Amino acid sequence: VSVDAPDRPALSAEQAAPQQRRAVLARRDRRAAYLFVSPWLVGLLLLTGGPIVASLVLSFTDYDLLSSAQFVGTENYQAIVQDDRALTAMRNTLLLTALHVPVAVLLALGLALLLARATRRTAGVYRTLFYLPSVTPPVAIGVLFLLVLNGQVGLVNRALALVGIDGPEWTTDPAWIVPGLVVMSLWSVGTTTVILYAALLDVPRQLLEAAAVDGAGAWARTRYVTIPMISGALFFSVIVVTIGDLQSFTEAYTMYFGTSSAGGADSALLFVIYLFQQGFQYLHMGYASALAWILFLVIAAITAVQAIVGSRFVHYEGDR
Amino acid sequence: VTDLRAPALATTDLRVSRTDPAPTVVESPPPRRRPRLSVGHVVSGIALAVLAIVFLYPMAWLVLASLKPRPEVFDQALVGSEVRWSNYTDVLSAVPIGLWVINSVIVGVAAALAVTVSSALVAYAFARFDFPGKRVLWVLVLGTMLLPGAVTLVPTYLEWKAVGLVDTQVPLWAGNLFGSAFYVFLLRQFFRTLPRDVFEAARVDGASHWRTFRSIAVPLAWPALVLTFVLELRASWTDLVRPLVFLQNPDLFTLPRGLKAVLDQYGQGGEAEWQLVLAASVIATVPMVVVFLLAQRQFTEGVSTTGGK
Repeated sequence: VSVDAPDRPALSAEQAAPQQRRAVLARRDRRAAYLFVSPWLVGLLLLTGGPIVASLVLSFTDYDLLSSAQFVGTENYQAIVQDDRALTAMRNTLLLTALHVPVAVLLALGLALLLARATRRTAGVYRTLFYLPSVTPPVAIGVLFLLVLNGQVGLVNRALALVGIDGPEWTTDPAWIVPGLVVMSLWSVGTTTVILYAALLDVPRQLLEAAAVDGAGAWARTRYVTIPMISGALFFSVIVVTIGDLQSFTEAYTMYFGTSSAGGADSALLFVIYLFQQGFQYLHMGYASALAWILFLVIAAITAVQAIVGSRFVHYEGDR
Repeated sequence: VTDLRAPALATTDLRVSRTDPAPTVVESPPPRRRPRLSVGHVVSGIALAVLAIVFLYPMAWLVLASLKPRPEVFDQALVGSEVRWSNYTDVLSAVPIGLWVINSVIVGVAAALAVTVSSALVAYAFARFDFPGKRVLWVLVLGTMLLPGAVTLVPTYLEWKAVGLVDTQVPLWAGNLFGSAFYVFLLRQFFRTLPRDVFEAARVDGASHWRTFRSIAVPLAWPALVLTFVLELRASWTDLVRPLVFLQNPDLFTLPRGLKAVLDQYGQGGEAEWQLVLAASVIATVPMVVVFLLAQRQFTEGVSTTGGK
């Protein structure tokens, strides 16, 4: 991503004007620029930068909204390390991410490859169909999959029974709840599919044709031409899906938590759900802020590792 | 200067016009049709059809089950013994879901409009001006894009509480008045693809910066602005977190928050009335599906250029 943008409008007609006039114009330009950018400056103060600093400060305090905040040093962070529920939530979140990311990206890649083999018109229709779940509200997805994954009457286990498999109790067996969440998340794989399909359309046909002339079969062309050519998009997808998974909240919260489900099953406890409970149900604002920073550090660390590993495999067209 | 656009459009080589698709999407020429179908193509065609059915089946089941009589909801049969439209009238009378639809529309349109206008202004500043501090601010824009929403959630809640606006709908959209890093990034990239000559011509003709923005940049960037609006409308329509954090009064709920309340009330134990929960789910889902089908070009092309959200 390029961060420089030195394309200031050159006012060629004004260049002959006296220096003084140019200075006035430059000042006007600058004033206009700050006016245009001013909403963002206010937002930076009130909605992003300010809250980031506030969150960091809060994470070293004990604050319950009722009495004023007490500075407690690193106590919150020390408590998190010994908090069984926080550790469970982190473990569930990491398990969900580790199971979901590879399967989702491979499934999306498979769908995108199939789409790329169809004619443009057919692919357009299927692309729409695969993308539909991605415009469905996550709460509705949670409701739907509570039933779809139901051990006795759910569609998933009925489909498994057709091929002779006795499916697990996805929504009640603690060992199967996170895998159930993974199955549910795969339904929304359309977003990644659309990204990878767009990348596939950009693969130069000459390369594939040259490979075919050289005797490469369909598999070899995919493996040694197509995949390297879209490795940038694949890498991007892995990172975006990972970051999304580490922050997942809505579907699992809808299915297993809420007012009447008495705390919910801890085998479905994801990190952001726990953060939400601490902050907005128990009003432990300081503790919730510390949890948020732990999450941020985990996301940053995982993304950094992925970026380092990814840079070895990603082939950028410009490098040639 | 009476009409800025007409002469500008006539004299410059415009790569983008209002009717063109987003120019950021580079599409290769359509693949040449093969004269005969290979076995591989038949197999992949069948695989696509089967997968499409697998993907659509849960959606179809949701709609059909929402029309079944209560005891048949979990039957093997896909279609019930009779079509119970009364499930929908029942849910309308059991919970204020009509009000939630209206709330969702109001909040969604306000959020989308606010973010589109403010992000366009900010993006224009980054794309067309040079000013002290620009580099630092741009790095901050990129930085806030990477920050998890959970980090700012607690302090933002405290701010809205301090100004007495918790348990109103204001926090659900008003933050969008100050631009959003993701859309600023998207629109800035778009503004930069617009030909510079048009802007320079307008300036030479004496148009103010505001006028140049409104009469030239906005019309030319229209596809990107529509994309921004539609993406944010979806984000707002489907969001549960903010309504969950900020709203207590059920009359103020948006659809996702309302649907969660319906699930908590009617999706529990032996007294469950799943047909009502399913009808409410369909009501929460269908409007966005319709918007998607109408604006699917913006959606899918936006996703392929920006990576979704």
